[in-house]
Amino acid sequence: MMMPAGVSLWAEIPVALLLILSGIFTLTAAIGVVRFKTFFQRMHPPALAFSFSAWCVTLASIIYFSSQDDRLSLHAWLIIIFLSLTVPVTTILLARTELFRRRIGNPGSGEVPPSLSHVVPPVASEQAAEEPGIR
Amino acid sequence: MSPFLFGAIVFALACYVLAMALGLLRLYRGPSAQDRVLAMDLIYTIGMLVLMVLAIRYRSAMYFEAALLIAVFGFVSSAAMAKFLLRGEVIE
Repeated sequence: MMMPAGVSLWAEIPVALLLILSGIFTLTAAIGVVRFKTFFQRMHPPALAFSFSAWCVTLASIIYFSSQDDRLSLHAWLIIIFLSLTVPVTTILLARTELFRRRIGNPGSGEVPPSLSHVVPPVASEQAAEEPGIR
Repeated sequence: MSPFLFGAIVFALACYVLAMALGLLRLYRGPSAQDRVLAMDLIYTIGMLVLMVLAIRYRSAMYFEAALLIAVFGFVSSAAMAKFLLRGEVIE
Protein backbone atom coordinates (compact mmCIF):
# COMPACT_ATOMS: atom_id res chain seq x y z
CA MET A 1 0.00 0.00 0.00
CA MET A 2 1.46 3.34 -1.03
CA MET A 3 1.71 6.07 1.56
CA PRO A 4 2.82 9.26 -0.16
CA ALA A 5 4.82 12.02 1.54
CA GLY A 6 5.71 9.99 4.58
CA VAL A 7 2.48 10.26 6.59
CA SER A 8 1.91 6.81 8.01
CA LEU A 9 -1.46 5.25 8.52
CA TRP A 10 -0.93 5.26 12.28
CA ALA A 11 -0.70 9.03 12.17
CA GLU A 12 -3.67 9.38 9.88
CA ILE A 13 -6.09 7.45 12.07
CA PRO A 14 -5.97 9.83 15.10
CA VAL A 15 -6.05 12.80 12.74
CA ALA A 16 -9.21 11.45 11.12
CA LEU A 17 -10.83 10.68 14.46
CA LEU A 18 -10.06 14.16 15.79
CA LEU A 19 -11.49 15.75 12.65
CA ILE A 20 -14.70 13.71 12.90
CA LEU A 21 -15.04 14.65 16.58
CA SER A 22 -14.52 18.32 15.83
CA GLY A 23 -17.15 18.26 13.08
CA ILE A 24 -19.68 16.63 15.38
CA PHE A 25 -19.03 19.11 18.17
CA THR A 26 -19.24 22.11 15.87
CA LEU A 27 -22.55 20.89 14.54
CA THR A 28 -23.80 20.42 18.11
CA ALA A 29 -22.78 23.98 18.94
CA ALA A 30 -24.62 25.38 15.92
CA ILE A 31 -27.76 23.38 16.71
CA GLY A 32 -27.62 24.70 20.26
CA VAL A 33 -27.27 28.27 19.02
CA VAL A 34 -30.35 27.87 16.86
CA ARG A 35 -32.55 25.97 19.31
CA PHE A 36 -32.01 27.62 22.69
CA LYS A 37 -34.59 30.14 23.82
CA THR A 38 -32.90 33.05 25.57
CA PHE A 39 -29.66 34.85 24.86
CA PHE A 40 -28.01 33.71 28.08
CA GLN A 41 -28.64 30.11 27.09
CA ARG A 42 -27.45 30.76 23.56
CA MET A 43 -24.16 32.14 24.85
CA HIS A 44 -23.01 28.70 25.99
CA PRO A 45 -22.99 26.40 22.93
CA PRO A 46 -20.45 28.43 20.89
CA ALA A 47 -17.91 27.72 23.64
CA LEU A 48 -18.06 24.13 22.42
CA ALA A 49 -16.93 25.22 18.98
CA PHE A 50 -14.41 27.70 20.36
CA SER A 51 -12.71 25.31 22.73
CA PHE A 52 -13.35 21.68 21.90
CA SER A 53 -13.50 21.80 18.11
CA ALA A 54 -10.58 24.20 17.86
CA TRP A 55 -8.50 21.99 20.16
CA CYS A 56 -9.38 18.90 18.12
CA VAL A 57 -8.42 20.52 14.82
CA THR A 58 -5.25 21.97 16.30
CA LEU A 59 -4.15 18.61 17.69
CA ALA A 60 -5.01 16.94 14.39
CA SER A 61 -2.92 19.41 12.39
CA ILE A 62 -0.04 19.13 14.86
CA ILE A 63 -0.07 15.34 14.55
CA TYR A 64 -0.37 15.48 10.78
CA PHE A 65 2.33 18.05 10.09
CA SER A 66 4.69 16.57 12.68
CA SER A 67 4.32 13.21 10.99
CA GLN A 68 4.74 14.73 7.55
CA ASP A 69 7.86 16.76 8.29
CA ASP A 70 9.39 14.24 10.76
CA ARG A 71 9.81 16.98 13.34
CA LEU A 72 7.61 18.70 15.84
CA SER A 73 5.73 21.52 14.09
CA LEU A 74 3.88 23.51 16.67
CA HIS A 75 2.79 26.61 14.79
CA ALA A 76 -0.87 25.65 15.14
CA TRP A 77 -0.57 26.26 18.88
CA LEU A 78 -0.52 29.97 18.10
CA ILE A 79 -4.13 29.84 16.94
CA ILE A 80 -5.43 27.95 19.94
CA ILE A 81 -3.53 30.17 22.38
CA PHE A 82 -4.89 33.28 20.69
CA LEU A 83 -8.40 31.86 20.62
CA SER A 84 -8.32 30.94 24.30
CA LEU A 85 -7.20 34.49 25.10
CA THR A 86 -9.78 36.32 23.02
CA VAL A 87 -12.95 34.24 23.34
CA PRO A 88 -13.59 35.02 27.05
CA VAL A 89 -13.23 38.74 26.32
CA THR A 90 -15.86 38.59 23.57
CA THR A 91 -18.15 36.43 25.68
CA ILE A 92 -17.99 38.74 28.68
CA LEU A 93 -18.56 41.82 26.52
CA LEU A 94 -21.60 40.21 24.90
CA ALA A 95 -23.03 39.12 28.26
CA ARG A 96 -22.60 42.63 29.65
CA THR A 97 -24.25 44.01 26.52
CA GLU A 98 -27.27 41.77 27.01
CA LEU A 99 -27.53 42.70 30.71
CA PHE A 100 -27.20 46.41 29.93
CA ARG A 101 -29.76 46.40 27.14
CA ARG A 102 -32.29 44.44 29.19
CA ARG A 103 -31.87 46.88 32.08
CA ILE A 104 -32.38 49.79 29.72
CA GLY A 105 -35.30 48.09 27.94
CA ASN A 106 -37.50 47.34 30.94
CA PRO A 107 -36.11 48.71 34.19
CA GLY A 108 -37.62 47.51 37.41
CA SER A 109 -38.78 44.12 36.13
CA GLY A 110 -36.94 41.48 38.07
CA GLU A 111 -35.74 39.40 35.11
CA VAL A 112 -32.13 40.57 35.31
CA PRO A 113 -30.38 41.56 38.52
CA PRO A 114 -29.88 45.29 39.01
CA SER A 115 -26.55 46.92 38.41
CA LEU A 116 -24.23 46.98 41.35
CA SER A 117 -22.86 50.37 40.40
CA HIS A 118 -26.04 52.16 41.50
CA VAL A 119 -26.40 51.47 45.18
CA VAL A 120 -28.34 54.71 45.25
CA PRO A 121 -31.39 54.44 42.95
CA PRO A 122 -30.81 56.27 39.62
CA VAL A 123 -33.51 58.90 40.13
CA ALA A 124 -32.07 59.99 43.45
CA SER A 125 -28.56 60.12 42.07
CA GLU A 126 -29.73 62.25 39.12
CA GLN A 127 -31.35 64.70 41.50
CA ALA A 128 -28.20 64.79 43.53
CA ALA A 129 -26.22 65.49 40.40
CA GLU A 130 -28.53 68.33 39.40
CA GLU A 131 -28.37 69.96 42.81
CA PRO A 132 -24.87 69.60 44.08
CA GLY A 133 -25.55 71.80 47.09
CA ILE A 134 -27.59 69.09 48.81
CA ARG A 135 -24.68 66.72 49.07
CA MET B 1 -3.75 10.25 1.87
CA SER B 2 -5.77 7.23 2.88
CA PRO B 3 -9.47 7.08 2.00
CA PHE B 4 -10.28 7.05 5.71
CA LEU B 5 -8.62 10.41 6.32
CA PHE B 6 -10.12 11.82 3.13
CA GLY B 7 -13.60 10.73 4.23
CA ALA B 8 -13.01 12.25 7.66
CA ILE B 9 -11.98 15.55 6.07
CA VAL B 10 -15.06 15.57 3.85
CA PHE B 11 -17.26 14.75 6.84
CA ALA B 12 -15.74 17.50 8.96
CA LEU B 13 -16.11 20.05 6.16
CA ALA B 14 -19.74 19.03 5.61
CA CYS B 15 -20.42 19.43 9.34
CA TYR B 16 -18.78 22.86 9.25
CA VAL B 17 -20.87 23.97 6.30
CA LEU B 18 -24.05 22.80 8.00
CA ALA B 19 -23.04 24.55 11.22
CA MET B 20 -22.33 27.76 9.31
CA ALA B 21 -25.76 27.52 7.69
CA LEU B 22 -27.37 27.14 11.13
CA GLY B 23 -25.36 30.11 12.40
CA LEU B 24 -26.58 32.06 9.39
CA LEU B 25 -30.14 31.13 10.34
CA ARG B 26 -29.56 32.58 13.81
CA LEU B 27 -27.94 35.62 12.21
CA TYR B 28 -31.05 36.15 10.11
CA ARG B 29 -33.57 35.35 12.83
CA GLY B 30 -31.86 36.65 15.97
CA PRO B 31 -34.22 38.89 17.86
CA SER B 32 -31.57 41.22 19.27
CA ALA B 33 -28.35 42.67 17.93
CA GLN B 34 -26.15 40.75 20.33
CA ASP B 35 -27.61 37.48 19.02
CA ARG B 36 -26.39 38.46 15.61
CA VAL B 37 -22.96 39.35 16.93
CA LEU B 38 -22.79 35.96 18.65
CA ALA B 39 -23.83 34.15 15.46
CA MET B 40 -21.21 36.09 13.48
CA ASP B 41 -18.63 35.13 16.10
CA LEU B 42 -19.54 31.46 15.65
CA ILE B 43 -19.46 31.73 11.86
CA TYR B 44 -16.00 33.26 11.65
CA THR B 45 -14.62 30.71 14.11
CA ILE B 46 -16.03 27.90 11.97
CA GLY B 47 -14.47 29.56 8.93
CA MET B 48 -11.14 29.47 10.74
CA LEU B 49 -11.63 25.76 11.44
CA VAL B 50 -12.42 25.19 7.76
CA LEU B 51 -9.10 26.79 6.82
CA MET B 52 -7.23 24.59 9.30
CA VAL B 53 -8.87 21.46 7.90
CA LEU B 54 -8.00 22.60 4.37
CA ALA B 55 -4.39 22.96 5.51
CA ILE B 56 -4.43 19.26 6.33
CA ARG B 57 -6.18 18.46 3.08
CA TYR B 58 -3.72 20.30 0.84
CA ARG B 59 -0.68 19.76 3.11
CA SER B 60 0.26 23.41 3.06
CA ALA B 61 1.20 25.45 6.11
CA MET B 62 0.18 28.63 4.29
CA TYR B 63 -3.39 28.22 5.52
CA PHE B 64 -2.37 28.82 9.12
CA GLU B 65 -1.54 32.45 8.50
CA ALA B 66 -4.96 32.95 6.95
CA ALA B 67 -6.60 31.19 9.90
CA LEU B 68 -4.68 33.37 12.34
CA LEU B 69 -5.71 36.52 10.46
CA ILE B 70 -9.34 35.43 10.55
CA ALA B 71 -9.07 34.84 14.30
CA VAL B 72 -7.51 38.27 14.89
CA PHE B 73 -9.94 40.25 12.76
CA GLY B 74 -12.93 38.30 14.01
CA PHE B 75 -12.01 39.06 17.59
CA VAL B 76 -11.48 42.73 16.85
CA SER B 77 -14.79 43.05 15.01
CA SER B 78 -16.77 41.16 17.66
CA ALA B 79 -15.23 43.13 20.49
CA ALA B 80 -15.89 46.41 18.65
CA MET B 81 -19.50 45.46 17.97
CA ALA B 82 -20.11 44.38 21.56
CA LYS B 83 -18.47 47.56 22.85
CA PHE B 84 -20.59 49.66 20.52
CA LEU B 85 -23.78 47.94 21.68
CA LEU B 86 -22.69 48.38 25.28
CA ARG B 87 -21.56 51.99 25.31
CA GLY B 88 -22.73 53.62 22.10
CA GLU B 89 -19.17 54.17 20.89
CA VAL B 90 -16.17 51.98 20.36
CA ILE B 91 -13.29 54.05 21.69
CA GLU B 92 -14.00 56.48 24.49
